[in-house]
Amino acid sequence: MGRERQQPEINASSMADIAFLLLIFFLVTTTIDVDKGIRVLLPPWSDEPPETQKLKTRNVFSVMVNANDELLVRGEPMELKDLREKTAEFISNPEKREDLAEKPTKAIISLKNDRGTSYEAYLAVYNELKAGYNDLWNAEADKRFGLKYEDLDIADRKKLRADIPLVISEAEPTSFGEEK
Amino acid sequence: MLTLKRNDKNRFPQVSTASLPDIIFILLFFFMVVTVMRSKPLKLEITKPNIQDPQNAKDRKLMAYIYVGATNKSSKDYKIQIDDAFAKIEDIRPFVDRQKEKLPIELKERFTISLRIDKAVEMGIVEDIKVALRKSKQQRIIYSANPKLEN
Repeated sequence: MGRERQQPEINASSMADIAFLLLIFFLVTTTIDVDKGIRVLLPPWSDEPPETQKLKTRNVFSVMVNANDELLVRGEPMELKDLREKTAEFISNPEKREDLAEKPTKAIISLKNDRGTSYEAYLAVYNELKAGYNDLWNAEADKRFGLKYEDLDIADRKKLRADIPLVISEAEPTSFGEEK
Repeated sequence: MLTLKRNDKNRFPQVSTASLPDIIFILLFFFMVVTVMRSKPLKLEITKPNIQDPQNAKDRKLMAYIYVGATNKSSKDYKIQIDDAFAKIEDIRPFVDRQKEKLPIELKERFTISLRIDKAVEMGIVEDIKVALRKSKQQRIIYSANPKLEN
């Protein structure tokens, strides 16, 4: 007993310092980078040239971005901030106008850019188009279920997406602005 | 007696630091767990574009990265980096195949390529990469971007 009592205690006061040092090391090396971005499913590759489909002009929403990152929508220049709203309006066609899509399932968004378009501009346009769809899905989900699109379960989501399918078709880019 | 008591009251009580090591250790373990060492040094300068409400990528174990950017900010000589080396368009296919080989069959479907591209890069390169990915039957991609900060 007496001997045990005499056993020297390990001095733990430096433990905190050691832990601190390690902590700082890990703090510095940590990169908590969650990848964020736009998820896209590319179309499958086929060697044959795609079939040319006859589409009614009213069902096609053509978006072009040129090498100067300017936007041309259905033949007319547009600001990026208007794109989202116009896209949603085109697809849903709430007023049943003659020049907008007959119904959402027939609507096609055609996106064409130049090889000289900057990635930033392209992504911004792509995001706005997707956001347009997202707005519609949310509105529809709210109407049918009183929920946000993201809160629906997968089956309902699929049904909804069958009624308003996301169709962004990307054409081969032009190459006017490649040599800068 | 009285004076002693008063003295005691005026003295600021010592904060016990006995639990400090434990607290630090918990923090330490947290950071040890979340730390992912970047094993592949990035040779390119990449500023990702900012967009509104980007989606979260799902599983980083099912992802591989392709980087596009220039070696310094002022240069316009855009290069592709795969793993830790500069690559050409032709290298994409073997890279995708190699990455997919490691995965069990049921997860191959969900394998995603993350494109980390500098915002100033011209779409020509991006388009070539997209074609190369489609040719290697890799359709699932994510355009990596940062959320836009509202001012």
